[in-house]
Amino acid sequence: MYKILHKESLGTNLHLLEVEAPRIARKAESGQFIILRLKEEAERIPLTIADYSREKGTLTIIFQEVGFSTRELAGCQAGDTILDLVGPLGVPSEIENYGTVVCVGGGVGIAPVYPITRDLKKAGNRVFSIIGARNSGLLFWREKMAEVSDQLFITTDDGSEGRKGFVSDVLKEILDKEKVQRVWAIGPMIMMKVVADTTRPYGVPTIVSLNPIMVDGTGMCGACRVAVGKETKFACVDGPEFDAHLVDFDLAMKRAAFFKDKEQQALAMCKCGGERR
Amino acid sequence: MPVQDAQARKNNFHEVALGYTPEMAGEEAARCLNCKNPQCVKGCPVEVDIPGFIQALKEGDLKRSARVLKEKNNLPAVCGRVCPQESQCEARCILGIKGEPVAIGRLERFVADWERASGAPQPERPVPKNKKVAVIGSGPAGLTAAGDLAKMGYQVTVFEALHTPGGVLMYGIPEFRLPKEVVRQEIDYIRKLGVDIQVNQVVGKTFTVDELLQKEGYDAVFIGTGAGLPNFMNIPGENLTGIYSANEFLTRTNLMKAYLFPKYSTPIKVGRRVAVIGAGNVAMDAARTALRLGAEESSIIYRRSAEEMPARHEEIEHAKEEGVRFMLLTSPVAYTGDENGHVKGMTCQRFSLGEPDESGRRRPVPIPGSEFELEIDTVVVAIGQTPNPLVPRTTEGLVIGKHGNIVADEESGATSRPNIFAGGDIVTGAATVILAMGAGKRAARSIDEYLKRKLRREVKG
Ligand SMILES: Cc1cc2nc3c(=O)[nH]c(=O)nc-3n(C[C@H](O)[C@H](O)[C@H](O)COP(=O)(O)OP(=O)(O)OC[C@H]3O[C@@H](n4cnc5c(N)ncnc54)[C@H](O)[C@@H]3O)c2cc1C
Ligand SMILES: Cc1cc2nc3c(=O)[nH]c(=O)nc-3n(C[C@H](O)[C@H](O)[C@H](O)COP(=O)(O)OP(=O)(O)OC[C@H]3O[C@@H](n4cnc5c(N)ncnc54)[C@H](O)[C@@H]3O)c2cc1C
Ligand code: SF4
Ligand code: FES
Repeated sequence: MYKILHKESLGTNLHLLEVEAPRIARKAESGQFIILRLKEEAERIPLTIADYSREKGTLTIIFQEVGFSTRELAGCQAGDTILDLVGPLGVPSEIENYGTVVCVGGGVGIAPVYPITRDLKKAGNRVFSIIGARNSGLLFWREKMAEVSDQLFITTDDGSEGRKGFVSDVLKEILDKEKVQRVWAIGPMIMMKVVADTTRPYGVPTIVSLNPIMVDGTGMCGACRVAVGKETKFACVDGPEFDAHLVDFDLAMKRAAFFKDKEQQALAMCKCGGERR
Repeated sequence: MPVQDAQARKNNFHEVALGYTPEMAGEEAARCLNCKNPQCVKGCPVEVDIPGFIQALKEGDLKRSARVLKEKNNLPAVCGRVCPQESQCEARCILGIKGEPVAIGRLERFVADWERASGAPQPERPVPKNKKVAVIGSGPAGLTAAGDLAKMGYQVTVFEALHTPGGVLMYGIPEFRLPKEVVRQEIDYIRKLGVDIQVNQVVGKTFTVDELLQKEGYDAVFIGTGAGLPNFMNIPGENLTGIYSANEFLTRTNLMKAYLFPKYSTPIKVGRRVAVIGAGNVAMDAARTALRLGAEESSIIYRRSAEEMPARHEEIEHAKEEGVRFMLLTSPVAYTGDENGHVKGMTCQRFSLGEPDESGRRRPVPIPGSEFELEIDTVVVAIGQTPNPLVPRTTEGLVIGKHGNIVADEESGATSRPNIFAGGDIVTGAATVILAMGAGKRAARSIDEYLKRKLRREVKG
């Protein structure tokens, strides 16, 4: 059992949980994720490690309510426990001093991009960060991101905060002005695809973190397979980070949508608190 | 043995084989000759005293019968259900030469079930030894090694990556063949022997084997992480949705209880026409599961002929009775999808059989121009698993074989590192429950020898 120490709302349907998990915190690195299962009947939900404290033995996860399981998780309060928590899974980000880097976080993707940005900064990079969302209510961690960036840009689709437009607009401007060695982009699949298309003509190596449907997270089931270049990779053990220019995003998006109708069925059974009728 | 009616059972997940009644068990046990030199025992990888447990059963002393069984076998109710007895103990039974061998597996199941129903006695705990052993993986290999080491008095901790112990017994083999409650109770017995089972611990991630040895103070490690990496054919369209590995398909169903969706939150989607590629036990399980999940048609697609099918005979028969179709000498070469990226058809090719290959089976040869299209909306790829690479990749100095397996001595389980032992599917590649258990048993023995030597050295100072 893993205790929830702290819960916070970060915006519309956006939640932060700080969870006690000393063994995982001891090993966690940026770019990795955990899988949790709230209770016996629940799904295994993969979530990126947004932050960790080795001293306190805690992990921070941030998630968006998108369907039944995340809604159920949102029903948890500080003091509640999570039945299973496993990790840290996946390959850590390759942090080096590249020179100048750009970190892009879209929506809930701001959470996983934060520790990467922080580590890149610590490693001596000059860091430009861009965070964006549909509207201001979906943005969070502006200060934390600003702290670890040389310069932070904010965009919203509707112009309710920062610049009106997409993260890729700002990214393009930076690429036009600066010699950038590497780009990280984490967010909705479509955003990552657009970022990949933006950096491609500049030939800047670009890393995205994919979030396909997973079951075990240890390379056993193959649910998380993605086409990268000519190869099939398992995102849970080979990733979740991949070379954005080689990822088949169209296929990845189709695979991610596979259980949509089933999820609707589950959602129809649930009251807003995440309980079942 | 009585079984659930085929028409009824293909709509439920209840156990297919119903087990003997006490009368049937008595009659069957009475056939055993109690041979002086019992050949059956030689066919058993964990050396169960077969005539011993059958004689006790014959005398009506079920308690003693169960005790004799458990002396060698920590998981008798599991083995009584899934072991390929027909090619092991029963294949050697003297009565089998002229007629029917004693149904040893069914008797084993009967005795184990009786004991569970009547409350298994608390096992005795030996004098504790001051040595700690870590067991990685809680499949039959790991559980057996752990149970035997605990019986010898060692402090044993099992580390399991998933949230439920049992390995393939829990996530792979379906409820209708091996009820999960049966597995759970046998695992409880291992716990009662003093074994500490820690779930959600991915060795290689949460900690490495070397950290267990150096930082956590374990004196030896047994690796029983199985063959959990699914093989794919790498043919066009294989990543379309609706194409599952058998592991995903079965894990969603068994471990995550997708057949109880939405009471359980994990979904599974099965279309009207399901094709299962392969013809081993895993394929039979997938094909029969598909029917139970509502498929109208479920077909086994296999590139060799009926004779070469690796599944147990009984499972093939059960699948046929339930209506699974067999398309033999056939294999897919490509899949096609609809606009949503969902599989809607597959191109198959027909095969003939040529000369025997290195596996001793006749080699399948594709027939040029024999391609044909099949309408299909769900595919389960069940063409085998290779060893899970997480532990091999993160443990220095372990010699790894061609197929990603850990190289270990068959008799002792010894690896290239003195305090690390390994056994089960991670060493042999996908095999059987009882072979994994045999390997766990032998490794426990050599870990004991290793630790005794170590203890002697320590005493000498
Ligand atoms: C490595 C990894 C890291 C992730 N990190 C985060 C994170 O930090 N914060 C966050 O909010 N989300 C994260 N996700 C996504 C998160 O796991 C899914 O949003 C969640 O599982 C959806 O569960 P649900 O049942 O509530 O919603 P559903 O109703 O199942 O989801 C709605 C739709 O989301 C899609 N989906 C995408 N990925 C998944 C998935 N892995 N499992 C199930 N459905 C998925 C499906 O198309 C589904 O129809 C991550 C996913 C992965 C694989
Ligand atoms: C669907 C199916 C049906 C089968 N039917 C039969 C049958 O009828 N009869 C028969 O005899 N055999 C059958 N088999 C084969 C049999 O189940 C296996 O040979 C046997 O389970 C192997 O045992 P094992 O202990 O080596 O590994 P497994 O049972 O695979 O157990 C390995 C365990 O290790 C865990 N693990 C893996 N990596 C790590 C890690 N890094 N850290 C921690 N834990 C880890 C896994 O999660 C798993 O729980 C079947 C197999 C399948 C898949
Ligand atoms: S060989 Fe057959 S008859 Fe003889 S002891 Fe074994 S089970 Fe009984
Ligand atoms: S989630 Fe099962 S292999 Fe990646």
